[in-house]
Amino acid sequence: MTALLPRRGIAQILALIVILAVDRVVSPQFFDLRLQDGRLFGSLIDVLNRGTPVALLSLGMVLVIATRGIDLSVGAVMAICGAIAASLADSHSLPVVLAAALGAGIVCGLWNGFLVAVLGMQPIVATLILMVAGRGIAQLITEGRIVTFTSPDLVWLGNGAILGVPVPVAIALGMLILTGAVVRGSALGLLIEATGGNARASELAGVGTRAMILAVYVWCGVCAALAGVIAAADIMGADANNAGLWLELDAILAVVIGGTSLFGGRFSLILAVLGALIIQTMNTGILLSGYPPEFNLLVKAVVVLAVLLLQSPKLSGFAGIMARLRRTKS
Amino acid sequence: MESSLDPAPSLLEVRGISKSFGAVRALQDVDFALRAGEIHALLGENGAGKSTLIKVVTGVFPRDAGIVRLGGEEVAPRSAKAALQAGIATVYQEVNLLPNLSVAQNLFLDRQPMRFGIVREGEMRRRAKTLLTEFGLDLDVAAPLGNYSVAIQHVTAIARAVDLSARVLILDEPTASLDRHEVEILFGVMRQLARRGIGIVFVSHFLDQVYEISDRITVLRNGRLVGERETASLPRLELIRMMLGRELAETTSARAAASELKAREICASFENYGKAGYIAPFNLELRHGEVVGLAGLLGSGRTETARLVFGAERADGGQARVEGASVRLQSPRDGVRQGFGYCPEERKTDGIVAELTVRENIVLALQAKRGLHRPLSRREQDEIANRYVKMLDIRPPDPERPVGLLSGGNQQKVLLARWLATAPRLLVLDEPTRGIDVGAHAEIIRLIRELCDDGLALLVISSELDEIVTYSDRVVVLRDRAHVEELTGEAIDVGNILAAIAADNVAVALEAHT
Repeated sequence: MTALLPRRGIAQILALIVILAVDRVVSPQFFDLRLQDGRLFGSLIDVLNRGTPVALLSLGMVLVIATRGIDLSVGAVMAICGAIAASLADSHSLPVVLAAALGAGIVCGLWNGFLVAVLGMQPIVATLILMVAGRGIAQLITEGRIVTFTSPDLVWLGNGAILGVPVPVAIALGMLILTGAVVRGSALGLLIEATGGNARASELAGVGTRAMILAVYVWCGVCAALAGVIAAADIMGADANNAGLWLELDAILAVVIGGTSLFGGRFSLILAVLGALIIQTMNTGILLSGYPPEFNLLVKAVVVLAVLLLQSPKLSGFAGIMARLRRTKS
Repeated sequence: MESSLDPAPSLLEVRGISKSFGAVRALQDVDFALRAGEIHALLGENGAGKSTLIKVVTGVFPRDAGIVRLGGEEVAPRSAKAALQAGIATVYQEVNLLPNLSVAQNLFLDRQPMRFGIVREGEMRRRAKTLLTEFGLDLDVAAPLGNYSVAIQHVTAIARAVDLSARVLILDEPTASLDRHEVEILFGVMRQLARRGIGIVFVSHFLDQVYEISDRITVLRNGRLVGERETASLPRLELIRMMLGRELAETTSARAAASELKAREICASFENYGKAGYIAPFNLELRHGEVVGLAGLLGSGRTETARLVFGAERADGGQARVEGASVRLQSPRDGVRQGFGYCPEERKTDGIVAELTVRENIVLALQAKRGLHRPLSRREQDEIANRYVKMLDIRPPDPERPVGLLSGGNQQKVLLARWLATAPRLLVLDEPTRGIDVGAHAEIIRLIRELCDDGLALLVISSELDEIVTYSDRVVVLRDRAHVEELTGEAIDVGNILAAIAADNVAVALEAHT
């Protein structure tokens, strides 16, 4: 099991520090924090708060990718679960609303997991189905409108604070700890890495690879559901067309920036979340700098390239191993 | 090596070819000579170096040493395309053509008759038709190639190769997926081409076909030339001996006599166990403290037996018992739960998880057996890994090294450790000594003996008959996906195994199964 902050995280931490420094240059008040109404405010808090949905998604995505899969449907699942939460918010208590939304996330995860693990579909195709259909389902739930709510409980989930920390940030942190505890506290981490590293060999070693794959898609669904609820709570409404739009790509990006290979195997939860924060720090920095948001995409691409280059000694080392394996095989 | 007696001039002459991949010597000083108009079989078990030889000759791999002469002139193609231009064409088992294009387009791909930059379809079809007629085929050349049988696709590939002015045609396992009738078509084409003076190299695992079609036979073993013979004067038994047996010393099992004295408890038994189209039903008893060897040629059903026993493949009939109790083996998990372990033949694809460390690879099966909720602590993992690294002398002795960086022999030891850590009652080892260096080879064999003395039941597959004879208490011989004979005690020797493998009559097979 990897240590809490593995050595291989240096590239990501460096990247985050550099981006924070740049943010500080474009916006001198970047590191300012102030407490107001029992809640912390400031650009840094904003980064954490805005970064929460992608951070949550990346927690599920990193496990899926570790099994050599991918989940393109998380954005759509966010929309479904946000729509469910918004529709129920004013008529039901918060526990019921949460249970319904998370339940929907589990069902979505089971569906994806079923297609991949049981029917053996390629993950990218299997989850594409829900990516497309999910947004339709969300629109059916909201009946094509933007459903708004006023339930203070749900609003608190998006805008409240616990000990000064915004609730979404607290939830993301809690999920990171919970996921870490489950994955690294049980044998799940090892078995997921083995499944992703070599599914055939793992199966022959007695690992229940199907169960592993099913489990990670379900967990990915749960994470997406939470992200969806938080996104809805944040704007006090559900927009089936735009909630979570393209966020699956940010989540995949976060995982890749976090150093987990799309070929599966080794993964790091913390670095995936760090990847999500790197993305959000960039987004916020560009907004603060006053540059048009169009630059965001370009800058993002450049930073991703930079992070990957920083990791490249390891990448080339791995490529060397793979090449050697391939050569001896033939 | 009899090739020096060659009276006729060679069309293709290969001298002293060597090729290494890293530390693995795939070919060592191999000679090969092909005459014009002959069909020359190139034989050997898996890993003997046949494919490597073909790829070196055709320039797919660069060679480390040696020369290739075609028609007396030295050639050194740097790619398959260059080899083709020089006159050496290769048709692989998996036909490298485009099934979605028409037969004519496939025949003239890359050299379509053109006029003003436009392909002349009519001209191309007419020429395709003429070309195929020579091969006795009358097809609709405008239809997609994929519409036709594999045999036709093969003939098309051959026609294309020959039309590109090939003088040497290499056919790598062309008959593997053909039925009897299709083989006839292919053989007809081969004979016709040979009459036209083309030299044909025929690689196949089917000895019947080799005897039917080939004029001469060259046998490779472990990357070295074993010999070159006239087919007509080479008895089948002798051929198999060349392919399998390193020495002809009739080593008998050192164990056999002693082990017979003790009646051993049955660990697992399989009654009428089989799977249709995979392996014929067999009876097999595996006892504690006993090594059962599985011998037979490639494709004879050895690995199939192993996978069925372990549960990697589901049987469709018969009864499996473990320690007397009837069990169901539906998946590897079932096998693991019953205390079975399986080291597969393909270490890299089916065995190791290359990216994970030696420690993680070793604890994998034990952890899977214990289940998710009972994780091995890091301390327990370290302890287990260190114990086996020391016990099996895994090198380098670093449990935190990714297992993909270890040598083949050490990877094999890691796999053995993986299963030993689960305290198994039965270990199934498929080619445990393949592709590992001599030192590790001897160690693995010593380990097999030791494990057996500790009361483990072992089922071991090996192509090395000497090896099987040394450690087996019983040897089951397989042929054509059926268990055909079981040798015990004094009867275990290389000669008897070879005789059982080579036996032509099916009577033996029937006898063993009724």
